Amino acid sequence: MSLWEYANPVKFIRTTDRVLPWLAWLSAVCLAVGLIWGFFFTPDDFRQGSTVKIIYLHVPSALMAINGWLMMLVASLIWIVRRHHVSALAARAAAPVGATMTVIALATGAIWGQPMWGTYWAWDPRLTSFLILFLFYLGYMALWAAIENDDTAADLTSILCLVGSVFALLSRYAVNFWNQGLHQGASLSLDKEKNVADVFYFPLLVSIAGFVLLFIALVFLRTQTEIRARRMRALLARERMA
Amino acid sequence: MRALIARDLALAVRAGGGFGLGLAFFLIVVTLIPFGVGPETTLLTEIAPGILWIGALLACLLSLDRVFALDWEDGSLDLLATAPLPMEGIVTIKALAHWLTTGLPLVLAAPALGLLLSLPAPGYLWLFLSLLIGTPALSVIGTFGAALTVGLKRGGLLLSLLVLPLYVPTLIFGAEVARRGADGLAVETPLLMLAGLSFGTLALLPFASAAVLRVNLR
Repeated sequence: MSLWEYANPVKFIRTTDRVLPWLAWLSAVCLAVGLIWGFFFTPDDFRQGSTVKIIYLHVPSALMAINGWLMMLVASLIWIVRRHHVSALAARAAAPVGATMTVIALATGAIWGQPMWGTYWAWDPRLTSFLILFLFYLGYMALWAAIENDDTAADLTSILCLVGSVFALLSRYAVNFWNQGLHQGASLSLDKEKNVADVFYFPLLVSIAGFVLLFIALVFLRTQTEIRARRMRALLARERMA
Repeated sequence: MRALIARDLALAVRAGGGFGLGLAFFLIVVTLIPFGVGPETTLLTEIAPGILWIGALLACLLSLDRVFALDWEDGSLDLLATAPLPMEGIVTIKALAHWLTTGLPLVLAAPALGLLLSLPAPGYLWLFLSLLIGTPALSVIGTFGAALTVGLKRGGLLLSLLVLPLYVPTLIFGAEVARRGADGLAVETPLLMLAGLSFGTLALLPFASAAVLRVNLR
C-alpha cells in the first residue's frame, strides 16, 4: 500500500468517489458554520466596524490561492519525475480553482480597502504580487488550452509551473523592495504569541478549514472530469479507427 | 557554435530579417507617450526612465516569436537538434543572437530617445548601464517563452501572456536603477540585484528552455 497506487486512474476515481461526498458536505458545513458565526455572531471591530468581517472570506481565499499554486508545483514535479498522468491532470484541474481563489482574495480586499484605506487598489507589494500570481494562473491555463497533444501540454505546463514559481517568488520580493506596503502584516501565524483576538480567530479557523476542504473537493471533482474526458476522447478515437 | 551565431546574425541583418523593426517600434512607443500624457517637460522628465524601460521591454517582446519560428518552419531546428551541440548551447546561442540583434541596438538607442523625453543629465549613464545589464535577462527569459510556444499556430499573444509576468522583476530593478540614477540617488542595491537577476537567468534558464524545446521537437 503506497501513495503511488492512486496514480492509477481507476483506483483514483474509485477512491475519490467514495471520499468526495464526505469532503463536499464537510466543507459545506464548515463554510456555513464559519461564515454565519463570523458574520452574525462576532462583535464589530472597534475601529473597523463591521467591515472586519470580510476577513472570513479574504484570508482563507488568499491562503488557498497560494497553496493552490504550491499544489500545482508539487503535482508538476511528480509528473516530470514519475510521469503519472493523474498528477498532471490534477495540476491542470487545480489551476482554475486557484485562479478563482485569487480573484476572490483580490475582490474582497478591494471591497474592504475602499472604506478602510480610502482606495480600491494600491500598488502595495502584497496586492501587486497577488495580481502577478493571477497573471501566472492565466498564462498557465492558456498554455494548457493552446496545445493539442496531451503529453506535450503536460510537459510544457509543468516546466512553466516550475519556472513560474521561481519568478513569482522573485516578484514577491522585488515588489517588496520597490514599494513599502499599505497591507498589514500576517494576521495569523503558528509561531506568534498574539494573533487576532479569539472572537475572530475561531470562526476564521473554521472557515479556513471550509476553504481547504472546498479546494480539495473541487480539485478531486475536476480531476475526475479530466480523466473521464480523456477516456472519452480515447474511445472516440478508437471508434473512428475501427 | 560560432557558425550558428554567425548564421543567425546574418539572417537577421539581411533583407526580411526584421533587424531594425524592434528599434523602430521603440522609437514609435517613445514618440507616442507625449501625445498620450501631454508635452509638459516636468512630467516627462519624471516618467522618462520608466517609459524607456517599458519601451525597450515591449520592443524586445515583439521580436521574440522570430527566435525559433523560422527555423521551426523550414526544419533547420530539427537539424540543429541532431547536431553535436547540446540543446542548452543552441538555446543560449539563440538568446545571444536575439540580444545582439534586438537588445544591444535598444541599449545604444535609449540615451538618444532619453533626449526626446528630456531625461535629466545624470540619468543617461544609469539608463544605459541598467539596460545593458538588464536586456540580456529579457532575451534569455524571452527565449524560454519562445521555446514554449514554438509549435503553436498563433503563439504570439500567448507568448506575451507567458513572458510578460516573467519580465516583472527585471523591469522593477531596471527601472529602479534608471529612476534613482536620474534623481541622483544611490543605485548600488538595485543595480546589483539586476545584475544578479541577469546572471541567474543566464545560468539557469537555458536548461528549462532546452527541456521545453526537446519536448516540442519530440
